[in-house]
Amino acid sequence: MDKPKKSSILKKTVYTIFLLLIGFFVGYKFFSPNSGDTPLPVKNTLYRSTTNANDTIISDHLEEFNGEIFEVKNGDIIMDAVKKAKPGDLIRVYPGSYSETVYIDKDNITFQGVIKDGNWPVLDGKKELNDAFLYSGNGIQIEGFKIINYKGNGIMGQAGNNFVLRNNWIIDAGVYGIFPQYGKNGLIEYNILTGIEDAAIYVGMCDNIDVLHNEVYGNVAGIEIENSRHCLVENNNAYDNTGGILAFITPGLPIKTTYDVIIRNNFVHENNHENFGAPGSIVSGIPPGTGILVMAADDVIIENNLISGNKNVGIVITDFENGGAKASNDPESDPNPDNIVILDNIMINNGTEPIGEVKALMLTQLSTRGPDILAIGGGTGSTIRDKNKYLTFGLGDFGTPKIDNTKDVASFLLDKPAEPRKVSKKELGEYTYFGVCSGCHAYDIRLIGVPVNIIQMIYKDNPEGMVEYMNKPKNLRDDYPEMPPQNYLSEEAKLAVAEYMLSLKK
Amino acid sequence: MKRLIFISIVGLGILLTFYIIRISFISIPTEEYSQVFKSEIELCKTCPPGFQLNENNQCISRNLYMQYESIENKGVGGLKSALPTVRDGFTPQQIDLGRYLFFDPILSADGSVSCSSCHDPEMGFSDGKTVGVGIHQAKLKRASTSLWNVAYLKKLFWDARAGSLEEQMQGPLYAEDEMGTTEDQLLATLNGIGNYQRLFADAFPKRKPNDSIKLHEIYTSIAAFESSLISLNSRYDQYAHGYHQALNEKEIEGLNIFRSFVARCAECHTPPLFTNQQIAVIGTPEPDGLPLDPGAEITFNDKSCRGGFKVPSLRNIEKTAPYMHSGKFKTLRETVEFYTKGRGHAVPENEDLFIHWHIWEPNLTDYELDRLVDFLNTLTDESFKPKVPEILPSGKDLQNINS
Repeated sequence: MDKPKKSSILKKTVYTIFLLLIGFFVGYKFFSPNSGDTPLPVKNTLYRSTTNANDTIISDHLEEFNGEIFEVKNGDIIMDAVKKAKPGDLIRVYPGSYSETVYIDKDNITFQGVIKDGNWPVLDGKKELNDAFLYSGNGIQIEGFKIINYKGNGIMGQAGNNFVLRNNWIIDAGVYGIFPQYGKNGLIEYNILTGIEDAAIYVGMCDNIDVLHNEVYGNVAGIEIENSRHCLVENNNAYDNTGGILAFITPGLPIKTTYDVIIRNNFVHENNHENFGAPGSIVSGIPPGTGILVMAADDVIIENNLISGNKNVGIVITDFENGGAKASNDPESDPNPDNIVILDNIMINNGTEPIGEVKALMLTQLSTRGPDILAIGGGTGSTIRDKNKYLTFGLGDFGTPKIDNTKDVASFLLDKPAEPRKVSKKELGEYTYFGVCSGCHAYDIRLIGVPVNIIQMIYKDNPEGMVEYMNKPKNLRDDYPEMPPQNYLSEEAKLAVAEYMLSLKK
Repeated sequence: MKRLIFISIVGLGILLTFYIIRISFISIPTEEYSQVFKSEIELCKTCPPGFQLNENNQCISRNLYMQYESIENKGVGGLKSALPTVRDGFTPQQIDLGRYLFFDPILSADGSVSCSSCHDPEMGFSDGKTVGVGIHQAKLKRASTSLWNVAYLKKLFWDARAGSLEEQMQGPLYAEDEMGTTEDQLLATLNGIGNYQRLFADAFPKRKPNDSIKLHEIYTSIAAFESSLISLNSRYDQYAHGYHQALNEKEIEGLNIFRSFVARCAECHTPPLFTNQQIAVIGTPEPDGLPLDPGAEITFNDKSCRGGFKVPSLRNIEKTAPYMHSGKFKTLRETVEFYTKGRGHAVPENEDLFIHWHIWEPNLTDYELDRLVDFLNTLTDESFKPKVPEILPSGKDLQNINS
């Protein structure tokens, strides 16, 4: 008799919990903020760990978002929002078609493409516009955009540290898909890129960059690390390019080195695409069927990649002369690849149709198949694990690596954002006074404007008054020409220089 | 009677001289930065604009770009990037002495040309000519380069054959077709001029009072003056530092074309100096009838550098027409158009040059070329242009310069 009662209580309990759950779910669905929308990004999500290592330092940098949000909808112009935005602001771009070049000469602006029901905000260059995004500021984040039909680059950075370029889908956007240049501490992840006539992801003259989880296919080069240091290329899928993953030193650039690069846990397969690079470009010399290409770079570690079906060679290590690029020599640039480390990799079905030169080399070893790994030209100190696993050529002087793996390196991103230079108020005053004002004002002699010692008499203890005058000069003296407004100086610089000039003693 | 008239005329002359001197003494402190009206030249004791005097009597470069950093400290990057390392630390006296030397034709073999003959402050420190002109109207091989911001350059001459200003200036000083002097003549000339003996003693106070003028002192002084030619306050700079109203819409369009990866100008003319200081083979045409200039091939004894030249800075480029090493292009419009006329289109048929990879076929439209010129014109700033001396220590006439 007890049993049915118990069972009915149990039934009631389950039923109640079930109803509560539905209620909670429905309530959440209807009343929670941002329901159905992409959530706001956490500021500095750059430091979200991609591995389980060093998680403790990550949380230190999470900050509350407290900027302004600009919403850009189909028919609007993204640049209108950029012009209004201040550092720390977020620009959310909703699905629609936008045809413009977005240039960002400010710091800490986040662009978030809102993807709804599978519809992306699309930046369409219509084969008329040069670049989709051009930035020079620090702390730029760009995510969730589909970028098509530009002639230059999808996303290009010139300087600008601490960037995040994530979840973008870039198709036929010109010469480079994603191209940060002169940047420090940047993350490029989860992007999909195809149809790019040079490198889809091109890290040029940068430091501390992680390139993770990207899919690159149908480009001349998939991922290229050039004249950059401390770069991690991990978990990417590079296929159907002419060359899959590249680490280069190109001569003739102002920054001369590439070293400390880890290429790890990538799929590098069937990179047999016809080379459609522009005549004269560095990558136009890459033979189709190249998996990984190291040219002149130093201290590159290649570990645990699956490299298959690349018809020419799986991994090529070459000096500049044999790299197939035609460019002037540079006496300040070392053309040889040194200290390359090849750890465990899986290499199958490479070299099935080697190009002429490679074929000729292999015939000297009585093989008609191209090698898994080819080393050609100068370079010293390179090593490989289990060389006998692969068909190789030119690795005669490769020793055994001193390391087994790279697991101590989880990321090359910095523990903290790369800091801008810290400048004191006095220094800013000095830079402004000597760098700008001293063209007209000297301490006690007359140049063009009033001497500083006279200004000191007029504005004693009143730097704010001086700032006011700088913004809107009114000619008070017949014996001097009128000063043009100095309102182009930043508010900080104006106050700093006013205080500095009032404190000058000689 | 005749004697009386003579004495009174002499007396009047003396009075007049005193009067002039008195007037000049009164007017000096407020009138002039350099004391040019004084009967006796004295060297300036303050630094030129752009420099701060430190406790060791050295002029230290100061500008708004010192707020920023650049990757590997190479002074290349974007809008808010630091400049390359600068050559500074000269004394105000050395800089001012260098100014006199720079403008003084006494430095040339026959007293006919000075440094400023080819590097005229009124012409953006170039000369407005296709190629430079030396003594006896000798036509030189290449266009005179601007001297604005040379303090930041690591290599000098179009073919990068000099590594310092001191090394560089010995080229034109002693080249037979430029200033045509010799070390001996230069020393004999300057040591024979009392004014210069006195000024060198002032600019190099550590030496013994009766020491003669030395070559290295001449080189240091001219280098000091050249290093003081700073141009970093253009409208572009105002934009770069954050005042976006400094450029109009068309100029900003030009900036975006300039730095886009279609035109690729900024790849070699990299901010903030607008040069990456590298050698580039771009295949510009020579003047009609002249053979290809091998350029940096000679400097580096390397065929792959044939036809290569140093990337010039574009600051004050508006002022330094005509353009390129050969002075082939008269206007900026012609110059930017060169880059869209096809890779290697002007290279002689029998030449196989290693044309730079950034030279390609960007297919820029006329509209885009016009905007590029708009932008280039925003790089003009001559606010720190130095004053030409009104009298020279040698007593030579400045009027003869640039004739």
